[in-house]
Amino acid sequence: MTTLQVNGRTHSVDADPGTPILWALRDTLGLTGTKFGCGAALCGACTVLMDGQPIRSCVTPISAAEGKRITTIEATADGSDPVGSAVHAAWVKHDVAQCGYCQSGQIMSATAFLKSLPRGAQPTVADIDAAMAGNLCRCGTYARIRAAVADAARALA
Amino acid sequence: MLPEAFSVELPRALQHLIERDAPAPATLMSRRSFLKLAGAGGLALGVFPLNAIAQDGAAKPAALKPTQQPSAFLHIAPDGVVTVAVNRLEFGQGILTALPMILAEELDADWSKVRSRHGSNDPAYADPLFGVHLTGGSNSIKNSFTQYRELGARARQMLLSAAAARWNVDAATLQTRSGQVVAADGRTLGYGELAEAAMAVPVPDKVALKDAKDFRLIGQPTSRLDARAKSSGRQDFGLDVRLPGQLTALVAHPPVFGARLRSVDDGAARAIKGVKTVLRVPVDRGGEGVAVLADGYWAAKLGRDALRLDWDTTAVDKVDSARQLAQYRQLAGEPGARHFDADMAPLAKAPRHIDAEFVFPYLAHTPMEPLNCTVRMAAGGAELWVGSQLPGLDGAAAARVLGLKPEQVKVHVQMAGGGFGRRGVPSSDYVVEACEVAKAARAAGLDAPVQLVWSREDDVRGGYYRPMHLHRARIGFDSKGKVLAWDHVIVGQSITAGTLFEGSMIKNGVDTTAVEGMRDPYALPMRLTVHHPKLNVPVLWWRSVGSTHTAFVMETLIDDIARNTRQDPVAYRLQLFGDRAPRHRAALQLAVDKSGYGKRALAAGRAWGVAVHESFESVVAYVVEASIRNGQPVLHRATAGVHCNLAVNPRTIEAQVEGGALMGLSMCLPGAAITLKDGEVEQRNFDGFALPRIGDMPEVAVHIVPSADPPTGMGEPGLPPLAPAFANALARLTGKPLREMPFKLA
Ligand code: FES
Ligand code: FES
Repeated sequence: MTTLQVNGRTHSVDADPGTPILWALRDTLGLTGTKFGCGAALCGACTVLMDGQPIRSCVTPISAAEGKRITTIEATADGSDPVGSAVHAAWVKHDVAQCGYCQSGQIMSATAFLKSLPRGAQPTVADIDAAMAGNLCRCGTYARIRAAVADAARALA
Repeated sequence: MLPEAFSVELPRALQHLIERDAPAPATLMSRRSFLKLAGAGGLALGVFPLNAIAQDGAAKPAALKPTQQPSAFLHIAPDGVVTVAVNRLEFGQGILTALPMILAEELDADWSKVRSRHGSNDPAYADPLFGVHLTGGSNSIKNSFTQYRELGARARQMLLSAAAARWNVDAATLQTRSGQVVAADGRTLGYGELAEAAMAVPVPDKVALKDAKDFRLIGQPTSRLDARAKSSGRQDFGLDVRLPGQLTALVAHPPVFGARLRSVDDGAARAIKGVKTVLRVPVDRGGEGVAVLADGYWAAKLGRDALRLDWDTTAVDKVDSARQLAQYRQLAGEPGARHFDADMAPLAKAPRHIDAEFVFPYLAHTPMEPLNCTVRMAAGGAELWVGSQLPGLDGAAAARVLGLKPEQVKVHVQMAGGGFGRRGVPSSDYVVEACEVAKAARAAGLDAPVQLVWSREDDVRGGYYRPMHLHRARIGFDSKGKVLAWDHVIVGQSITAGTLFEGSMIKNGVDTTAVEGMRDPYALPMRLTVHHPKLNVPVLWWRSVGSTHTAFVMETLIDDIARNTRQDPVAYRLQLFGDRAPRHRAALQLAVDKSGYGKRALAAGRAWGVAVHESFESVVAYVVEASIRNGQPVLHRATAGVHCNLAVNPRTIEAQVEGGALMGLSMCLPGAAITLKDGEVEQRNFDGFALPRIGDMPEVAVHIVPSADPPTGMGEPGLPPLAPAFANALARLTGKPLREMPFKLA
């Protein structure tokens, strides 16, 4: 049994301790908002926050999450988190999503990035590109991601 | 992502398939029984039903086909919420917004109350022109524009009739406005209040459509209806389907396409906690595989990793990329099938020549959502949950595997995380695989829904690539750039050979998907010879199909001639167009004007590049700015001029051009190649088969030529001209044309 704290709730997960967090979320806890894209830390689709830091949940075992707080897309874009809400609003405003599959991961990376900035700081395009470099989008929504992250930063200033 | 020639030939090509495999027309259900069902299902009464089963027999005009029946496409709830069923797969292109806009336009719906959802493999959701279920060839808007307008207009007429009866006035005195019927005296009734009564009104056969100048929704940049769900993790995709008791299946695929098993040792796999069973299953191309069924992906993956498999690859052809290129070069020198012909005598005497060879590798589609299909079998039928571009075909293939009739298979079309052609496979490869696994599981006594998941490695190594191509050209021209003779050879596998599309797509030995985009609209004396070698690598349409290579070849060679004869590449193209290609001219001129080409000085180290190409009846021109940084090509900016006739949702068109541009760029950058050694694909995941990242994304500005002509598609046409425009800019910097993809400088 591994104890996982996900979005403020505690769960006991009966799975091999080596099971990646991604599969505990998707297959055990039914939180399918976090996506599987590569399983090898190459695409960022599975990004969640662990104690506020963005991690690739497809390669991080649940044993590494014990005693840590996991935050997924479900608790980031539900209105409860001001930074997540600003990111969600900017994503909708810019119609970022195409197929939408990569966007949970994009939003988690963007949220972690904006939370890491000093209050009111406005990132440059190069800052945004560096922060979002780990998230692939096959549909090519990158230009809108740039615009949406900058917009969310302005909204939070 | 089906080829352009479809539009003419598909119906005939598929006739036999339709007759053999199409579900029989849905049984008519009386309105009374519908209402009973609706009540039983907890639906509010008084709705205009969204039900592919046609409404009340008496009210159904015989003249209307299932694709014309409003009841299959429209649900109006008592609160006025309008749900529109879409007969296409949404995989990013925005069709779940654009078709509802078109219907809502004629319905005069309140857009804030419009929702949308996918259809199924029911006959109502077939392409109204082709008669098959199809998302491809950028034809969703093109083929369903009038269909959805008429659906909206029919429903509006029915609502008007219902209101006229309610108020006891002449329907001609009534108007509609934003989800309401308005009487001459100002009284109003909401569509939701009228829906039940409207449902009982006969469906009108003929309806008048709006004049384009009265459009309120069509042509307005409109946000996607799925934007919120897709920005909050709430959007479910095929991979998110969770049925009670569902098991996850991973299949160990042969290392070489079509190979079989000598022996299987599954002892260690079966010992893994959560693994339910291990089954040998037939896989694509006569091969064999081993399916591991487990509670969830991770147990299935551990189980698959623990298999000890001895493969027998002796009976299958083992392709090797280096050998393949040598073979293609040899073939290029041999006589082949002729697509265009022209007199080649002037070639020898021409004062100037270009001799060029181009090489294009295999490319994987790698949609971000890995391929998957969920199958549930029950007495008397089966259900599939799959993000399919060809749900009718996939349903029929499932029926064949499962020993059912096509009408016993229901395909629930799922939101797809990209596809680019990979979810529209004539062989239904992964759908068949899912059904084989489900069938074997049932035979083994495991009665559970099965979700087949392809890992990213399965996807990258699983074939169905954009074919590798070799092009060779010898062009003779004069000092003014007048082409005297152009001798051209294409070598590449046929996409449609051996599929049910072969009969219609292969003409005189030439697969039209390999040559679309060649020559036209330039009036060139071209001889085009084509070779289609057969190789043990499955190939498929990849967003924009033949134009992924023909646009590059044509547009870089045209630029070469301009450069060789010291002419401006824009002026040279405009002169070649003459007045034969007004849409090319308009698109190119718009891109030129908006980019500042020729007017604005570029930053040091940058160069302009230009290309224009028509695919799927839409024309896109790019004017780009590029440079070389640390020996690597960099694309800074792309200005697009687009001609797609009437722009239904300019916002989506913009997004499709941005996405097409990036996918075009993806072909140019390092890592964009699938290669084989000893029959095995060498790439495994996004480390070997690399995609562009955010830092690679240029600024993209999209400009649309105004037009009121019937709309043409935009899912693909933004892709083809990007790579040649980029290459042309780089050639201006280096003085050397680029003829290999991905690009190699120096
Ligand atoms: S799924 Fe984890 S990085 Fe791709
Ligand atoms: S929106 Fe489709 S992969 Fe990013």
